[in-house]
Amino acid sequence: MRPAFLIAAKDLRERIRDRTAILIAVVVPLVLAFIFSAILGGGSGDTRAIPLGYVDEDGGAVAEDFVQQVLGQVEKSGIATVHSEPSVATATPLVKSGKLTALIVIPPSFTQAVQTGGTASMQVIGNVDSPISAAIAWSIAQGYVAELNRIRIAVLVAAGGNPASLTTDQLNALAAKAASAQAAVVVQDISSERKQLDAKSFYAAGMAVFFVFFSVQFGVTSLLEERNEGTLARLLVAPIDRISILVGKLLTSFTVGVISMGVLVVATSVLFGASWGNPAGVAILVVSAVLSATGITAIIAGFARDAEQAGNMQTVVAVVLGLLGGTFFPVSQAPGILSTLTFIAPQAWFLRGLGDLRGGDLSGVVVPALAMLAFAVVTGAVGVFRLRRVAEV
Amino acid sequence: MTAPPLTVSGLRKRFGSIQAVDGITFHLDAGETYGLLGPNGAGKTTTISMVAGLLSPDSGDITVAGRRMTTTADDAKALIGYVPQDVAIYPDLSARENLMFFARLYGLSATDARRRTDEVLQTIGLADRARERTKQYSGGMKRRLNIGIGLLNRPKLLILDEPTVGVDPQSRNAILESVAQLSREGMAVLYTTHYMEEAERLCDRVGIIDHGKLIAEGSQEQLVSLVGEEDRVTLSATGDIPHAVDTLRSQPWIKQADAANDGAVLVVDGARAHLPAILQEVAAAGVGVRSVEVSEPDLESVFLHLTGRALRD
Repeated sequence: MRPAFLIAAKDLRERIRDRTAILIAVVVPLVLAFIFSAILGGGSGDTRAIPLGYVDEDGGAVAEDFVQQVLGQVEKSGIATVHSEPSVATATPLVKSGKLTALIVIPPSFTQAVQTGGTASMQVIGNVDSPISAAIAWSIAQGYVAELNRIRIAVLVAAGGNPASLTTDQLNALAAKAASAQAAVVVQDISSERKQLDAKSFYAAGMAVFFVFFSVQFGVTSLLEERNEGTLARLLVAPIDRISILVGKLLTSFTVGVISMGVLVVATSVLFGASWGNPAGVAILVVSAVLSATGITAIIAGFARDAEQAGNMQTVVAVVLGLLGGTFFPVSQAPGILSTLTFIAPQAWFLRGLGDLRGGDLSGVVVPALAMLAFAVVTGAVGVFRLRRVAEV
Repeated sequence: MTAPPLTVSGLRKRFGSIQAVDGITFHLDAGETYGLLGPNGAGKTTTISMVAGLLSPDSGDITVAGRRMTTTADDAKALIGYVPQDVAIYPDLSARENLMFFARLYGLSATDARRRTDEVLQTIGLADRARERTKQYSGGMKRRLNIGIGLLNRPKLLILDEPTVGVDPQSRNAILESVAQLSREGMAVLYTTHYMEEAERLCDRVGIIDHGKLIAEGSQEQLVSLVGEEDRVTLSATGDIPHAVDTLRSQPWIKQADAANDGAVLVVDGARAHLPAILQEVAAAGVGVRSVEVSEPDLESVFLHLTGRALRD
């Protein structure tokens, strides 16, 4: 193994001096991750609070409850800043100008309608340039209305379908009891909210795993360069096992890949605030991804005529697998066969592993890591078999 | 009794339909410089690639200082210094780093490698520029480093594959002087070239190789004696040269006559005596002679004598 380490150390020294390698392995993915997360993920990644207005034309107990309990919680959670406006007439221009992205109007007699079983409604006025904010405001209002309907139905059932037969105190007691009752069925969202990477983390991880398929070629493909430059002959006449030359090259690829991804994990965490998850889990996924990338590089170098052809083939394979693996945009929710095909790409398993790690414990990385390692073993075995012929000169 | 630095017997190698090396046998004694002389494609590089352990022979045997290449390749390789035809160094590393890398690869400890690197840098005259990246070196400096790498392991046998191809005259002279010095120091040198002058200047013995076969072997004097008293006459001329050559072939003292691009090469028994007749015949054939060169028998003549072709054809 000593010759393999010597060859890897020599290769790494050359790569450090070759600025192209540093550009591809670290700088370009870092810059692209920043650009993508800035454009598609909201600048630095901080979610700006939505400026949300409301007009209380009712002034009753139910309207007050909505403002205090619902809008108060929304503001507290940081999703929105809530502004009380005196009238629809004065608030509407603010919505049109974008100072408020949406306005919730609680109409007169809203409380009375709720308490007497009449038809109660709220109105949402949205800014046309902020459809998402308007949708959020609509969801807030809709959620409250749904809650009121649930309580009303509960009271109606308790009153035997005739609430007029009960006193006001009795109705209030029933309503309070219904409001405090726990829902019989809840939907727990772990597939999207908990298991989904935020934009900063997604693009940091996506770019890191996309570019590692380029950066690893600086090891294995250099075998072809050395053959062309004549230095491979020098290695072959040295008193060392021929396989150690190949092992040295694979070691170089692996080391470059791990360093590249390691730097990107740390840099994106520190610079962009990307959240990668449990370090042990991330390390397992990074090593697995680098091994799978090294396997791909080995198989390409094994079939390529020279280093230039290997570089071209590597680019095509890295881009296709990168797109298929969802490194630029998620394709797992894509329709048809694409959502299945995505998992032939190690990149997809890497991103899935990070998502699973975020949504659960360390065990979440086992399946993605095994998938990537299987990929590495198959491609690596074929690649090494082919590359042994290259080392015959 | 010490085993000779190199013994090669019955070496054969075929690439597809081409028999590149066809039963070559030779040996080197300690401190001897042996030249493999032959035209491009004769099988020189294939032969030394097998000797260096780069290629496996189809059959035959190679022994380096008693170690058989087929059974103890690593032991045999450890005794060989190899200098490839093209410069084979790492351009992004300095001369020192190149040498250190190969020294470690040959099994030297870090301390020994450092010491040996310093010695070799002195030998090849690059000590003062040892820390510069080699891509900034001149062609001659790269050539010197190329040879220096081959000296790192203090080889019993140094193999040089046409080390002066594409080299300027000054660097070429320096390389030849270095090889002669190594030989004087007792190193066995296997040297391939298609430059007759180099073989004559450097080699104690020469093997002439053509179409994969060793067609003659011996010291320069022994080989030249094969030609006898024949001289070589080189004519630089214009006109119907093939016609003039055909005319000359009818003369009994013309042993061989070949038309070249810009003249003719003749092997003549007693050239100086027959020179007036030669010029007369050529003029009669309507060929204008620009210059005439008469040379005593040399390795070029030997090759011409043995193969019927000039060495550079």
